[in-house]
Amino acid sequence: MKNYLTIFNLVFFACTAPVLANEWSGNISLEMRQFGEQGLSASQKKQYGSVSIQPEWFHDWDNGRQRLTFVPFYRLDQYDDERTHADIRELSWLNVFDESELRIGLRKVFWGVSESQHLVDIINQSDLVEGLDGEEKLGQPMINYALINDWGTVDLFVLPYFRERTFAGVNGRLRSALPVDTTNPVYESDDKEKHIDYAARWSHILGDWDIGLSYFDGTSRDPSFITAVDSNGNTTLRPVYNLLQQIGLDLQATLGSWLWKIEVVNRKIKSDNNNAATLGFEYSFYGVFESSSDIGLVMEYLYDDRDKKATTPFEDDVMVGLRLTMNDENDTSMLVGVIADRDDNSRLYSIEASRRIGENYKLTLETRIFEGFTDSTNLLYSMRNDDFIQLELGYYF
Amino acid sequence: MKGIILLSGLIAFTGTVYAETAEQKGMAIAVEADKRDQGWGDQATVMKMILRNSQGAESTREIRGKTLEVDGDGDKSLTIFDTPRDVKGTAFLSFTHTLKPDEQWLYLPALKRVKRISSSNKSGPFMGSEFAYEDISSQEVAKYKYKFIKDDKYNGRDVFVLEQYPQYKKSGYTRQVAWIDKEMYQPLKIEFYDRKRSLLKTLTQHDYKKHLDKYWRPARLEMVNHQTGKSTTLLWKSYKFKNGFRERDFDRNSLKRAK
Repeated sequence: MKNYLTIFNLVFFACTAPVLANEWSGNISLEMRQFGEQGLSASQKKQYGSVSIQPEWFHDWDNGRQRLTFVPFYRLDQYDDERTHADIRELSWLNVFDESELRIGLRKVFWGVSESQHLVDIINQSDLVEGLDGEEKLGQPMINYALINDWGTVDLFVLPYFRERTFAGVNGRLRSALPVDTTNPVYESDDKEKHIDYAARWSHILGDWDIGLSYFDGTSRDPSFITAVDSNGNTTLRPVYNLLQQIGLDLQATLGSWLWKIEVVNRKIKSDNNNAATLGFEYSFYGVFESSSDIGLVMEYLYDDRDKKATTPFEDDVMVGLRLTMNDENDTSMLVGVIADRDDNSRLYSIEASRRIGENYKLTLETRIFEGFTDSTNLLYSMRNDDFIQLELGYYF
Repeated sequence: MKGIILLSGLIAFTGTVYAETAEQKGMAIAVEADKRDQGWGDQATVMKMILRNSQGAESTREIRGKTLEVDGDGDKSLTIFDTPRDVKGTAFLSFTHTLKPDEQWLYLPALKRVKRISSSNKSGPFMGSEFAYEDISSQEVAKYKYKFIKDDKYNGRDVFVLEQYPQYKKSGYTRQVAWIDKEMYQPLKIEFYDRKRSLLKTLTQHDYKKHLDKYWRPARLEMVNHQTGKSTTLLWKSYKFKNGFRERDFDRNSLKRAK
């Protein structure tokens, strides 16, 4: 009898202990993109359907001090072979100690405070085929050790493998005039994608101020391009990944309804030493028009002293945006904005709106409109015909 | 011996002259309620929120919370959202303060981004519910001025009726009327009056249970908005005390790995 009880106890604990935190969640999304005009290339379409899936599994043990997380991702695009892609967003092991945290594996890390662009954020490569804003990232292999002190958190990173940026394929929209040959990147380092990158960041809260100071030494996530002829005799762009040392500062002051934001980077690439910055604010009006809705006004200035040689289109631009948050039971929200180039007067308009439907569905609308892109040296010039509206229906489980 | 007699004579003497004002009595009740609820240390809770619109259509949210009692200031809390599933993993870290603005951070799991957010929206709805941030934030004596109204009975229980006037900035209320149970020193009902001094909401707190032999906690809250016809039920599935939480469990690092 006693033995039976012991066995029962063993089985009971074996079954219940892992059940505490061993779970799947995630989403499956259907997406439809409609472009307003024919693309510049005959191989491009006007309407694209797409489906994506991103499940997430995690398991906690050791009183929540250890965790395994696994987040695979897959997208199937109707026409664009490059947008059809798979990635492991996360496959990592976390170990929490009293005053430190160790993470090993594929992960995503975000640094920074601004809304229009993310200069300081450098650990992960952008999964650019997922979205023009570059906020979707590829899983980055890393060892990350965080030391937690009274005077701030110090994060140390060893990044043993480089991820190349994704670009739309020949049949895709929102791309450069010449397609990017992602099979033939050029690396400055002889170790190519196996070059080991290092990074460190100190972050701290000082009253109303949240501050971060970071350093990165490794392969730049942001390529330049050279024109080349591929093995089929087609002219293409080869991405060039140079070595980079970047110092970054991000700072936010939260003062009443005001959020003041600064991101500054100094970058050393080969013999070139350049600076870029995003400066701005967000001011919120709460409970507008006697409703429970909030309206936020966002303004940011985007600067890069490389000017026309910058690898981003935002070298002297102003972003203005209005964020509407309804605070209703469906979490309805909308962000309407424009990034205007102060030199050539081009304007990139965007609308992002979303609301939940029922308990498990979410509908997202996204629009980008390219206006006044007449200067052929503007990096978005090749997207001047690519105004689009996109609807996405996600099922969350 | 003589001293004691003298002293008791003094007390009797002041007792007759000294009449406690309604404000002083209100304050004394608030101080007593606060004193009785001190020393719980930390708590972990599992909650379910049911939102009802004016047509009665329901939606639910499941939330887990951790709170650390802070001596002489507002508490620290970490809130994790489990449902709706599209916001699963979103987490909210809050350092509440009595009179200076709270410090708040939001963790967005899809972007892996921690955002410091403004705490000026005290009167804003928490997760689309009829509870405002100021309703669920830690209650500290210094947050209000008080006035005792009367002794009364509520649902057959002896209560104090108090008025409390928010002293922190950006409150959505001019006045709250609270029915405080005389045995538990906990509110059974609170009426909220908006900036135009009209009745906005009524909160009732139900199914109180005693924890650690000392601390009373309700298992159900009902908030009704009289102006919109919407209502929210907040249910506690569990309270767990003595978890051994430390400051370290309430920083941006723990926010980032909240699951």
